[in-house]
Amino acid sequence: MNQPVNSADIHKAIVEQQAAQDRRKMILNGVLLVFLLAAPFMMYPVFLMKILCFSLFAVAFNLLFGFTGLLSFGHAAFLATGGYTTGYLLSNYSGLTTEMGILAGTLASTVLGLGFALLSIRRQGIYFAMVTLALAQLVFFFFVQSPFTGGEDGMHGIPRGELFGLISLDDNMNMYYFVLAVFIGCYLLVQRVVSSPYGQVLKSIKQNEARAVSLGYNVDRYKVLAFVISAALAGLAGSMKSVVFQLASLNDAHWHMSGEVILMTLVGGMGTLLGPVVGATFVVNVEYQLSQGPLRDWVDPILGGIFVLTVLAFRSGIVGELQKFVKKNLG
Amino acid sequence: MSMIFGVPLAVLSGQLLIGIINGAFYALLSLGLAVIFGLLKIINFAHGAMYMLGAMVTVLMFDALGVNYWVALFLAPLVVGAFGVLIEYFLLRRIAGQDHIYSLLLTFGAALIIQGVLVNIFGVSGLRYTMPDMFKGGVNLGFMFLPYYRAWVIVAALVVCFGTWFVIEKTKLGSYLRAGTEDSQLMQGFGINVPLLISLTYGFGVALAAFAGVLAAPIYSVTPVMGSSILIVVFAVVVIGGMGSIGGAIITGILMGVIEGLTKTFYPPASSAVIFLVMVLVLMFRPSGLFGKEA
Repeated sequence: MNQPVNSADIHKAIVEQQAAQDRRKMILNGVLLVFLLAAPFMMYPVFLMKILCFSLFAVAFNLLFGFTGLLSFGHAAFLATGGYTTGYLLSNYSGLTTEMGILAGTLASTVLGLGFALLSIRRQGIYFAMVTLALAQLVFFFFVQSPFTGGEDGMHGIPRGELFGLISLDDNMNMYYFVLAVFIGCYLLVQRVVSSPYGQVLKSIKQNEARAVSLGYNVDRYKVLAFVISAALAGLAGSMKSVVFQLASLNDAHWHMSGEVILMTLVGGMGTLLGPVVGATFVVNVEYQLSQGPLRDWVDPILGGIFVLTVLAFRSGIVGELQKFVKKNLG
Repeated sequence: MSMIFGVPLAVLSGQLLIGIINGAFYALLSLGLAVIFGLLKIINFAHGAMYMLGAMVTVLMFDALGVNYWVALFLAPLVVGAFGVLIEYFLLRRIAGQDHIYSLLLTFGAALIIQGVLVNIFGVSGLRYTMPDMFKGGVNLGFMFLPYYRAWVIVAALVVCFGTWFVIEKTKLGSYLRAGTEDSQLMQGFGINVPLLISLTYGFGVALAAFAGVLAAPIYSVTPVMGSSILIVVFAVVVIGGMGSIGGAIITGILMGVIEGLTKTFYPPASSAVIFLVMVLVLMFRPSGLFGKEA
C-alpha cells in the first residue's frame, strides 16, 4: 500500500477482488445446495428438517440482530405464535390445506411482530432486549392460560395434510423438500433484503444510528420493518416446525428458546448470511449428540459454556472467523 | 365479616400482605440490577441465579455446618458477593470495552451454567429450610393475622434498600462510584482504584440478590430454578421503574408486588401477567419508565 498507485488500478483491484469473492460464494452455495438436495438419502429427514426450521429461525433473528443491531430477547414468541396458530387451524379445520395453515401462522406472528415493534422500537440496546423479553413473557402467559394450546401438555397430533391439496406431506421426503424449498426461498429473500438499498440503511443504523438520522432517514420506520420481516420469518419457521413434528408446545414460547436462537446466531456468526445456518446446525447437533450420551443432563450448562466462550473469544462466530481467515490468506 | 368489592377484608388484606412481601423481593432484586446497570452499564442476567445461590448457600450451610439464620444473613451475601467479584474479574472485565449487549449475553451464559450444574446436583424439587424459632407465630392485627417472619422480611428489605440508596446517592463513597463510571480515566488520575471499585460494585449488587435469597429461604421453596422465573418479572419491574433510577427500582418493586397481590384477589388468571401488562402501558405512555430520566 506504500507505493504510489492510481485510482484506476485500485478500482480494478477492487472489482477483481469482488469477482473472486462472488465466485467463491457461488461455488460454496452450489456445493451446499447439492448437499441439501442429497442429504435426506444419507440422513434422517426429520432431523434435517429440524435443522432447517431452526436455521430459518436463526436467519430471521439475525436479520434484526446481526444486520440492524437490535437484540430481541423475545423471538420465541414469534416461533410459538406461528406454531400454535398453524397447529390450531390444521387440527380444527380439515378443509384447510397445509400451506394455508402455514401462511396463517406466518401472518399471525407478523401482526404480533408489528405490535412488539411499535412498543419497543424507541428503546435501544439492552433496554430493547429487556422490553422484548418482557413482551414475549406476556405472550408466554397467554399461551399458558389459553385452553386451545393444551397448556403444559402442548398441542399434539397436528395433521401434516396435503400440500396444495395434492401432495401428501405424511411422506417424510415430500415434507423435506417442501421445507427445503421454503427455507431456500426465505434465505434468498433475506439475502436480497440485506444487499438492497434498504439493507444498506439497516447496516448504517447498526453502525451509527445518529448519523443515519442526520442523513434524513426515518430510522424508526426502517427498524419496524426489519422487526416485522424478522418476526414473520420466525413465525414461518415455527409454523413449519409444528407441521413437521405435528406438535406445538410451551417450550417454543419459553424465554430459553429466545436465548437459544441468540446462541445459534452468535456461534455461527452474527451479521453474516450463512452464520445463523451454521450456528443452528451446530447447536441442534450438539444438543442431539449430548442427549444421546452420558452427558444428557448437562445440555444446559454446556450450552451456557459455549455461550460464555463465544462471547469471550469468538465474537464473530464460526463463519465470521472463517471469513477473516479467508480474507487474510486468499485476499 | 366486612367485605370490600365483594371480597372479605381478611382475604384482601392477606393478599395485600403477600403482595407487599413479593414487592419487597422485587425491590431488593431490581435494586441490585439497577446498581449494577446504573454504575457499570451491565445487564446482569445472572441476577436470578445469584438470588438462588443466596438461598441455596443458606440451606446448605445450615445442613452441613449448622450455620444459623442470622449468620447466614451476613455470610451468604458475602460468599455470593465474592463469587460475583470473581465473575467480574475473570469474565466481565474481558469484554469491558465492547457493546453492552455482550455483557448481557455473557451473564446469560453464566446463569445457564450455574443453574444447570445445581439442577444436576440437587434436582428441581425444593430443599427444606426450617424457620428460626423466634419467627414462629405471629400477631393478630384485628383485621388480619401477620406472621412475624413476614413482618421481618418487609422491615429488613426496606432497611437494606434505603441504606443502599443512601450510600450511593448521599455519601462520598457513592459519589466516587458515580464519578468512576462517568469518567474512569480522570478518577484513576485522582488516585482511585477504579477497576477495584467496579469489581466491588458488581459484588455488592450480586450480594443484594443473595440477601433476598436468604430472606426467601424460609418461606419459598428453595430450588435451583427459583431464580429463573423471578428474573423476568424483575426485568419488567426495572423497565417500569426506569432503568438507571435506584429510588425508582425500590418504589416500583413494592408497587408491582401490591398490584400483583390485588390482581390475585380480584382476577386470579391475570396475576402472573399483570406486571407485564403494566409494563406495556408504561412503555406506551412514558417510554423512559416512571422514574427514568433519559429519553
